[in-house]
Amino acid sequence: MARAASIQTRIGFTALAWAIALLLFAPILWTILTAFKTEAEAIATSPTFLPREFTLENFGAVQDRSDYFKHAFNSIIFSVGSTLLGLVIGVPAAWAMAFAPTKRTKDVLMWMLSTKMMPAVGVLIPIYLIFRDLRLLDTLHGLTLIMTLINLPIIIWMLYTYFKEIPVDILEAARMDGAELYNEIVHVLVPMAVPGIASTLLLNVILAWNEAFWTITLTSGKAGTLTAFISSFSSPQGLFLAKLSAASLLAIAPILLMGWFSQKQLVRGLTFGAVK
Amino acid sequence: MGSISLSHVKKSFGEVQIIPDISLDIKEGEFVVFVGPSGCGKSTLLRLIAGLEDTTSGTILLDGVDMTKAPPARRGLAMVFQSYALYPHMTVRDNIAFPLKMAKAPKEVIDQKVEYAARTLNLSSYLDRRPRALSGGQRQRVAIGRAIVREPKAFLFDEPLSNLDAALRVNMRLEITELHQQLKTTMIYVTHDQVEAMTMADRIVVLNAGRVEQFGTPLDLYKKPANRFVAGFIGSPRMNFVDGPEAARYNASAIGVRPEHFSLATTPMPGAWKGKVGVAEQLGSDTFLHVHVDGLGLMTIRTDGDQTFGHGDDVYLTPDPARIYRFDAAGLAL
Amino acid sequence: MATAQTRTLSRIMMAPAVIVLLIWMIVPLVMTLWFSFQNYSLINPMMTGFAGWANYVYVIGDPSFIQSLVNTLILVGGVLLITIIGGTLLALLLDQPIWGQGILRIIVISPFFVMPPVAALIWKNGFMHPGYGMLAHLWKFFGLQPIDWFNQYPMFSVIVIVAWQWLPFATLILLTALQSLSEEQREAAEMDGANAINRFYHIILPHMARAITIVILIQTIFLLGIFAEIRVTTGGGPGYASTNIAFLVFRTGILSNDIGAGSAGGVVAVVIANIVAIFLMRAVGKNLDA
Repeated sequence: MARAASIQTRIGFTALAWAIALLLFAPILWTILTAFKTEAEAIATSPTFLPREFTLENFGAVQDRSDYFKHAFNSIIFSVGSTLLGLVIGVPAAWAMAFAPTKRTKDVLMWMLSTKMMPAVGVLIPIYLIFRDLRLLDTLHGLTLIMTLINLPIIIWMLYTYFKEIPVDILEAARMDGAELYNEIVHVLVPMAVPGIASTLLLNVILAWNEAFWTITLTSGKAGTLTAFISSFSSPQGLFLAKLSAASLLAIAPILLMGWFSQKQLVRGLTFGAVK
Repeated sequence: MGSISLSHVKKSFGEVQIIPDISLDIKEGEFVVFVGPSGCGKSTLLRLIAGLEDTTSGTILLDGVDMTKAPPARRGLAMVFQSYALYPHMTVRDNIAFPLKMAKAPKEVIDQKVEYAARTLNLSSYLDRRPRALSGGQRQRVAIGRAIVREPKAFLFDEPLSNLDAALRVNMRLEITELHQQLKTTMIYVTHDQVEAMTMADRIVVLNAGRVEQFGTPLDLYKKPANRFVAGFIGSPRMNFVDGPEAARYNASAIGVRPEHFSLATTPMPGAWKGKVGVAEQLGSDTFLHVHVDGLGLMTIRTDGDQTFGHGDDVYLTPDPARIYRFDAAGLAL
Repeated sequence: MATAQTRTLSRIMMAPAVIVLLIWMIVPLVMTLWFSFQNYSLINPMMTGFAGWANYVYVIGDPSFIQSLVNTLILVGGVLLITIIGGTLLALLLDQPIWGQGILRIIVISPFFVMPPVAALIWKNGFMHPGYGMLAHLWKFFGLQPIDWFNQYPMFSVIVIVAWQWLPFATLILLTALQSLSEEQREAAEMDGANAINRFYHIILPHMARAITIVILIQTIFLLGIFAEIRVTTGGGPGYASTNIAFLVFRTGILSNDIGAGSAGGVVAVVIANIVAIFLMRAVGKNLDA
C-alpha cells in the first residue's frame, strides 16, 4: 500500500520529475527535430523549436553520401550474430557453473569478468596485426568474433545469475525422466530461462550495436557498422548540422525503438540479474 | 522387476561422512519407507539409488544389474520430488508426456498413456493447464502421473507430502498406498514423519546419522524396537524413558514405556509412580496428559477422551509390566 | 553436489568458453608484452631489435603519460560521482507517486541507447558548439559570452557527455533496488520515529549498497576504456588536456605508428586496469555473494 500523498506534493514531484527527464532527453529530442530542418534553419542565429519547413531531404543526402542501409545491415549482423554466438558458448558454460558448481566456480566467473577489465587499447595492436595477417581486417566475421569475445563474460555472468534462480530439482527430474544433457538443456533449462535469456540477448545486442572501438579501428569501408558510419560525419564539423542529425537519428533509431519496446525485460537485464 | 540391493554403500561429501556403510535388500514389489530425523542421510540414500549422486564406494544393483555408475536417465527409475519439480513451461499433458518423449515413444502410445494416467489420477480436465494454475494436491498428482507413465522399475518418493496441508496429506497418503496396491511396483518413500512410515510401509528403514538402526515391518518396529533410538522414534506420542535406580529395578540401564501402556488412578496404588498433571491435551478421542512424575521427570500418558484431568491434579501411574522395554548402557534392547 | 559424470560433463561444457577467453586474454597480451620490448615503428622500419626498457621509459617518462593517468582517474571518478549521486536522487524522485511513471522511465533510459560517437557528435555540434550550440544560444540569451567548451574545459565537457550516457543506467538500477525495499520496513522505521533523512541513511542507503556496488563495477569496466567520445570531440586536446590512457595508446601506437611505444602504453594500461580490478573484485566479491 502506497501512502496517500497530498495532491500538491504529487503535482510537485510530477513536475520536477518531468522537468529533469525532459532535460536528459533534450539532446535526443534536439536530434530528432533538427533532422527534419533545413541546413539553414538548423544553424540560424535564433534557433527554432519545431522545424519551420518540414523536410526529408537530409535523409536522402545521408544515404547518398554513405550508404546507410549497408552499414545498418552490417550492424544488425554484427550485433545479433555476436550475441547469438555468445549465447551458444555461454549457455553450456553457465549451466555448468550454476548446476555443477565447484569450489573454483566463483573464481572462474570473476576471472572471466576480469577479462572485461583489460582495456581494448592494451591489445589493439596485436589484434590489428593478427587480423591483418589473417586477412580479417574490415570483415564482418572478424569483427563479430571480436565482439563475441568481448561480451562473452557478461553473457555468461547474466545467464549464470538467471540459471541460479531455477531450482535444481527440475533439472534432476528431467534426468530421472530419461533426459540426456542435450534434452535437459534444450527442453527444460532454456525454455524455463526464456525471460533471462531474452534480457541477456537484448542487453548484449545493445552493447554490441553501440560498440565504438573495434568497429572503428578494425574496419575501413566494407564491414563498417553504424558507429563507423556516424564517425565519417565527424570531420567536416558543423557544416552539416541537419544532415548530421539525420545520420545520428538513423544510427540510433533502431536500437532506441527496440529498447523502448523491450524496456521491462531490459531493466532486468541491465542489472545483470544482480539486483532484484 | 524391481529389486534393489545396496551393498556396503558409502557416501562422503569431502571430509564429511554422510553414510558410513549401508547394505540393504529391497524385494520386488515392496513398499519401503526410509524414515529418520532431518540430516540422517535418508534423502542422500535415495539420491544415491536414483543416480543423482554417486557413491563413494559400494555397489547398487537394480534387478541384479550393477547400476552403481549408470546415469539417472539410464536406471529406469522414476522420482517424485518434494517440490514436485514440474516443468513450469509445459502443460500438464506435456509434463506427463515428457519421459515418454525422452524415450522416443510413438505419438499414439504417448497420447494413450497420458490419457490413462490422467484418468487414474483425476487429472483429465486439467490436461491443458500449466502447473502454476493447479493446487498443491493436483501438482502432486501430476508429478506422480509423470512417474507412472514410464512404467519404471521402481518409484522413488522424496518427502512428497511435506508441502501439503494436513487434510490433503492424509488423502494423498491413501492414494499413494492404493496406487502401490494397483501397480505392485517397488516403491521407496522418504519421510521424516513416522506416521506416514507406519501407515504406508511394508517395511521401514529407520536411519540415524547415516546408519540403519532397524529394518523391519511397522509392527516389528513398534513391538520389538532394536534400540532406544527406534523405540523413541516410532510411535506417537514418543515413548517415555526412565533411567537410574528405577531402571535398575528392572535390571536395565534404561527402561521405556509407551504413553498408551499405562494404567491410571487418582488414588495411591502400590508400586505406582506419583505425579502431577501439567498440561492436558484433549483431542476428543484421546487425551494426552503431561505428568510431572516425582523424581522421574515429565511423562506423556495417553488416556481415552472421556477422562477429564486438570492442571495440578494428582495421578498415580502404573506401567503395564508386559510392555516395559529394557535397554542396556549402549541403548540396545534387552 | 552432483555426480562425477555431471562434473565431467560440466568441465566439457565450460571448456569452449574458458578456452576462447584464455586465448583472448593471453595471446594479445603476450604479443603486446613482446612488442613493448622491441624497436618497432611503422614510420622507421629500419629500426628493429630489442629495445629493453626504452619504450617504457619513453612512455612513462613523457609528461603526457602522467597527465593521461590523472585524466583517466578524473574521468572515471567524475562520472561515477555524478551518476551515483544524480542517479540516487533521480531514483528517489521517480519512486515517488508521480503521474506517467512508465513513460518517464522510457524517457530517462533513452540516453543509454545512444551510441558513443552519436552522443559525442550531438553534444559537440548541437549543444557545446560556441557558435550555434544550444548552450551558446542560452548564454547569449542571458547576455553572456558563449563558452568554447572543448577548448576551455575539455575534461569537464567529456565528463558531461559520458555522465549523460551513464546516468540512466545508474538511475534504473538504483530505482529497481529502491522498489524492492519493502513498504513495511519503511513504515516500521517511520513508526520508530525516524525522519526522512534518518530513514534514507539508516534504511534506504544500506539497502541500496549492493546495487551501488554493481553500478560502480560495471561502469568502471566501461569508463576505463572511454575512447569514442574523446576521439570525436576533443581528439585528446588541447595538447593532452583530455587524453586518457586509452586514447594515449591509440595516439602513440596508431596515430604515430610507434608500435613499440604503443605496446608499452598498452601494457601500462593493462596493469592499471588490473590494479583497479583487484580493488573492485575484492569489494564486489563480498557484496555479490549471490
